[in-house]
Amino acid sequence: MLKAMLGEAWQAMGANRLRSGLTMLGMVIGVGSVVLMLAIGQGAQYAVAQTISTMGSNLYILISGSTSTGGLRSGGGGGPTLTVADADAIAELDGVANVAPVQQGTQQLVYGPNNWSATVVGTTPPYLEARAWTLVAGYPFGDSDVRAATRVALIGQTAADNLFPNEDPLGKTIRIRQSPFVIVGVLGKKGQNLDGRDQDDTLIIPLTTAQRKVFGNPFPGSVRMIMVQATSAEAMPAVEKSMIALLRQRHRLRDGQDNDFYLRNLAAAADSAAETTRVMSLLLGAIASVSLLVGGIGIMNIMLVSVTERTREIGIRMAIGARQRDILAQFLFEALMISVAGCLIGLLLGIGGALLTNTLTDMVIVISGAAVLVAFAVAAGIGVFFGYYPAHRAAALDPIEALRHQ
Amino acid sequence: MSEAVIRTVGLSKSYLTAAGSFPALRGVDLTIAPGEFVAIMGPSGSGKSTFMNLLGCLDTPSSGDYFLVGRNVAKLARDELAALRNRRIGFVFQGFNLLPRMSLEDNVALPLVYAACPRDERRQRARRELARVGLGDYAGARPSQISGGQQQRVAIARALINSPQLILADEPTGNLDSHTSTEIMTLFADLNRQGISIVLVTHEADIAAYAGRQVRFRDGRLVSDQPTQTLAAC
Repeated sequence: MLKAMLGEAWQAMGANRLRSGLTMLGMVIGVGSVVLMLAIGQGAQYAVAQTISTMGSNLYILISGSTSTGGLRSGGGGGPTLTVADADAIAELDGVANVAPVQQGTQQLVYGPNNWSATVVGTTPPYLEARAWTLVAGYPFGDSDVRAATRVALIGQTAADNLFPNEDPLGKTIRIRQSPFVIVGVLGKKGQNLDGRDQDDTLIIPLTTAQRKVFGNPFPGSVRMIMVQATSAEAMPAVEKSMIALLRQRHRLRDGQDNDFYLRNLAAAADSAAETTRVMSLLLGAIASVSLLVGGIGIMNIMLVSVTERTREIGIRMAIGARQRDILAQFLFEALMISVAGCLIGLLLGIGGALLTNTLTDMVIVISGAAVLVAFAVAAGIGVFFGYYPAHRAAALDPIEALRHQ
Repeated sequence: MSEAVIRTVGLSKSYLTAAGSFPALRGVDLTIAPGEFVAIMGPSGSGKSTFMNLLGCLDTPSSGDYFLVGRNVAKLARDELAALRNRRIGFVFQGFNLLPRMSLEDNVALPLVYAACPRDERRQRARRELARVGLGDYAGARPSQISGGQQQRVAIARALINSPQLILADEPTGNLDSHTSTEIMTLFADLNRQGISIVLVTHEADIAAYAGRQVRFRDGRLVSDQPTQTLAAC
């Protein structure tokens, strides 16, 4: 029975190839664009997720408060309110994975005849883990290097490429403000951060060395920035609370007095970037869905025409014993067949288009099985939804009237 | 005598028109025994088409009862009527009413599709019925490739495929020339001899003469019911 009906639906489709083809085209375009847009949207989400993961996850940045001298206010980080001792105390809190005090700034790096300006980061060993840095060569510096303020450095890919165009940077000595530094490690590549800054244009050195030899520090023991990584996203709110309480207590701030430091949540920035791309891919999908809807209406239109044209056939079928549900099923099958066939072609075209986009541009494209399945299910659903009304009209015909129809 | 194939009691049908209710059929009592060959005659508007539609379970009466092989079908639902049409009744129309896109074999087998009969059996029985009406060699042809008389034979084969007790033929020779008409009527007469009841609507006396009994309608009523003179047949 089912096979016979499928065969008949196939025959009916073949009887008017151009019309079936054009109707199908609506579904092809609809499904194709949904698949392509989802692939592009998911690709964008993937790219942002990649960028976010290079920045390190679950990060807080504490910045020391501003100062005011004779009416001249410095920006955040100007005052000596945060100390290395604060950082050590925060490290003892529950839910804190890594704490690294940071002193950074732009410095001119010199190697032989080459020189290059890069961000120099003075910090402690946990920084690498907090920011998810990896080493591709050499080894990281340790706590003893921080204690002894040794002149060692880890170099990022961009800085290395510019200072050492044809050489292996490992073991070479560069100069910053006349102080020699030995490159003991080369950092892995990260690419841009969310602001579009090149994260690889950097040099990481021990905090103590940075403060004594590079930046200078009028307030011994103080630090401009502390990077804090929570153990998990869930732990972040608790860490935030206890961190603020701890610092207020350590800085002897009374109730009602403002914090003398700033707290930035990098996760929030990452979340908003991810949210933006998510909304964008939703929007792309929604626009593409409109064409799917139009395709569905096309099917309904053609099925209505088909029912009118074949009224007499319906009458004959009813006379020889077709029940209403037989007629309903027949026309539903036809609509379903058109939409599913259109969907299959649309899937192929959409995936092909996505692959082509991937080859022609450097856009990241992600084709997920789930998206393909959803597109397919939606197309089948559209076939049934838009095919039902015409099929119902066919099934509701009066057999006598239908037989008389010319 | 076994149970009547058709028994109508006070069968009436009214249509709602713009001018109000129009009675097309006003209380018809008719009984047809198994194996009878009945011709229904009457001018247009006499109610014979309405009567045929009711006999064919294509429509339900406004009042009265219709017993098809003993079962009152006057108040059955649409799908139950469809099942009766499928299994008990074979239809033959003036315009043949074959489906043009299908082969003759598929046309003949179509009622079996709705009887949920397996494919091989459908094919086998369709070929047997085609052979029975003398078109065994044309199973794969399309309706457009054969003559009108042959198309009507195919339609008869389709009507026969579910071994119905009753064949309803609505002016089956209306679109055929006299020679082909004779062939078709001879085929009906043959089938009637095999025990199938046939009810035939026609205008033409010589076609009606093939039937053993002639019934006349006028203004929605049955006005005469008599056996065909034996002289007129053959």
